[in-house]
Amino acid sequence: MPARTSWIPYALIAPSVVFLGAFFLIPLVQTIWLSFSAGDELSLANYERMVNDLNFSLAVRNTFLLTLVVVPVQVVLALAMATMVSKLEKGRDIALWILTIPLGISDLAAGLAWLALLQNTGYLNSALYALGLIPGPVGWLSQETPWSLFFAIAAAEVWRATAIVLVILIAGLQLIPKEFSEAAEIFGARPWTRFRRITLPLLKPSLQSALILRTVLAFEVFAVVYALGGRNFPVLAGEAYTWQNENQNYGVAAAYAVLIMAISLAATAVYLRVLRTRPEQLP
Amino acid sequence: MTHQVPLRAIAVAAAFLGGLAAAQAQETIFYSTQLRPIEEATKVREVLLEGLSGNVTYVVDEPPAFAVRMKAETQAGKRTASVVGALHGELQPHVPDDIQPIDDVVAKVAGRGIPASLMDLGKLGTGKQQYIPWMQATYVMVANKQALQYLPQGADVNTLTYEQLQQWAKNIADKTGQRRLGFPAGPTGLMPRFFQGYLYPSFTGGVVTTFKSPEAEAAWNAMKELWAVSNPNSTNYNFMQEPLLAGEVWIAWDHIARVKEALTLQPDQYVAFPAPAGPKGRGYMPVIAGLAIPKDSPNREGAVAVIDHMTKPETQILTATEVGFFPVVKAELPADLAPGIKQLAAAVDATQNAKDALVSLLPVGLGAKGGEFNKVYSDTFQRIVLRNEPVRTVLQEQAKTLETLMKETGAPCWAPDKPSQGACPVN
Repeated sequence: MPARTSWIPYALIAPSVVFLGAFFLIPLVQTIWLSFSAGDELSLANYERMVNDLNFSLAVRNTFLLTLVVVPVQVVLALAMATMVSKLEKGRDIALWILTIPLGISDLAAGLAWLALLQNTGYLNSALYALGLIPGPVGWLSQETPWSLFFAIAAAEVWRATAIVLVILIAGLQLIPKEFSEAAEIFGARPWTRFRRITLPLLKPSLQSALILRTVLAFEVFAVVYALGGRNFPVLAGEAYTWQNENQNYGVAAAYAVLIMAISLAATAVYLRVLRTRPEQLP
Repeated sequence: MTHQVPLRAIAVAAAFLGGLAAAQAQETIFYSTQLRPIEEATKVREVLLEGLSGNVTYVVDEPPAFAVRMKAETQAGKRTASVVGALHGELQPHVPDDIQPIDDVVAKVAGRGIPASLMDLGKLGTGKQQYIPWMQATYVMVANKQALQYLPQGADVNTLTYEQLQQWAKNIADKTGQRRLGFPAGPTGLMPRFFQGYLYPSFTGGVVTTFKSPEAEAAWNAMKELWAVSNPNSTNYNFMQEPLLAGEVWIAWDHIARVKEALTLQPDQYVAFPAPAGPKGRGYMPVIAGLAIPKDSPNREGAVAVIDHMTKPETQILTATEVGFFPVVKAELPADLAPGIKQLAAAVDATQNAKDALVSLLPVGLGAKGGEFNKVYSDTFQRIVLRNEPVRTVLQEQAKTLETLMKETGAPCWAPDKPSQGACPVN
């Protein structure tokens, strides 16, 4: 009955298309329009305001710095974890389950958990004090200690979001046929060579997805930074929030939103190009 | 209007919600940005609104969400809230689009003894009454009693100067090794109010006109010295009661509602007193919350009844005892106030009746630019104090932003600045 099936896929996909159209595309177009308008005419005033604001360059620098530090660390960690987990004979599911616990925690909750560790009266200071290493509470998260604040935020981000990379990479690893590796082993290839020459190239499509996802999310980082540093560590999404809520200037907030989107799109385009895989390279 | 477009989507959503609300017959929705914490909202529902006939639902929201909802409901042409309660500055952006003049209600509350100056604020710079004053508060200093032993020679907490405050905090830092003066300079802290209502009036006798005066330079230099003996975590503090209760901070300045918990939980551990004085006097800023009726209020009669009830002297006294906001009408507070609230009341009284008191009124006529007005002061703080940029240069540059803002809105000067013809000038 080919005539009947022709419309079914469209009908099935229609609700999600309508949903995304109504709640994603329309607001997106409205945001772009809002960012380029002043009164009722086209204008770059919002962008001018954004770029000239005292926190703009700092927010750009911090966001990129955080992304450049966090994403590579997460990929390396997730690769190591994925390789180890896939080698496990017993208890693989339990190990995987434990490693992915942070996935189930909202980013604000994760930020607050780390705040409980690192604030003046937090667990870290209590432990250091009990060990006699510090004479009293030490501030780690103030604007006078930008580096420890940065490392705290980076650590919280790594802890929180490595699992999503891990899950994608494990799925990718499972797609690689064992035969390649076994053949290489027979020809005398060492584990490192096998990993570099066989696993990594065949894992490229999964790496690409993981990198795109993590990088886009890293450019949108907000809740963890807000919980740990407030405005001591300005990031792009945080500035958008401040312009919207504190300064009540929706135009500049929209300009920030559009900027974040442009950066994310650019990063995605770079990954798609640099990590592209030809069909014959697929396992 | 710059923010018309995304609000339209919200307006559609609001219309749906509105449809649900209208299904319940003759309900009066009382929508407020004040008394939001669950304990306080419960007090409103179970104690303060008690005795009011009719079905009143008390709904609270964060101020930014309040602003968006008010505008969205106007655009959707579908109002859910019959009466709204918010701060002076939060109601201001909604005149004239979202709230209606209520001159008729003025007559109804005429016998309550609301001071004329407060009623005038409720006109929000227009010729008509826009809100009826509901309750008031101000900012005070709170100190842990452990700090009192470090007070400089001859200093009295009730007549403190900025110099003495600095010396006091310095003594504590020197003797205990910890900087224990604290300010609410976090993302949702009320630090801009410290500059507008306390630092500037106390040092310069003005807020806008004196923005870049030599006296203002002295003020910012004093601020830098204060900051040097303040807890570096101050840029993370939003409610000073938290670091006070944690013992991280020993001396703090904040809104009474934001230190109240420290005083009510441990009234023996803390003292409350007025903010310090500078060369031009003891600057302080009242906080006024008002009750207004939105345009197309679905139950105007119920709204008027709520306003009438909330401004009754007995409700006003209950408001003070239950949630710690003070009356706007003539009402004697009972002698058996809880000890913490009593301390706050005494500190507020000492502030208002100080010989050198210099009141800084609430800005009128800034419209939707209130947030950006605050930003001028917090940016100046950030550049001068946190980033150590040269005081004079920063003041010159920020003064230009302030001047543009005043010209755009055309807001005339408010006290303590001298009245102006047209937009308040930045001299």
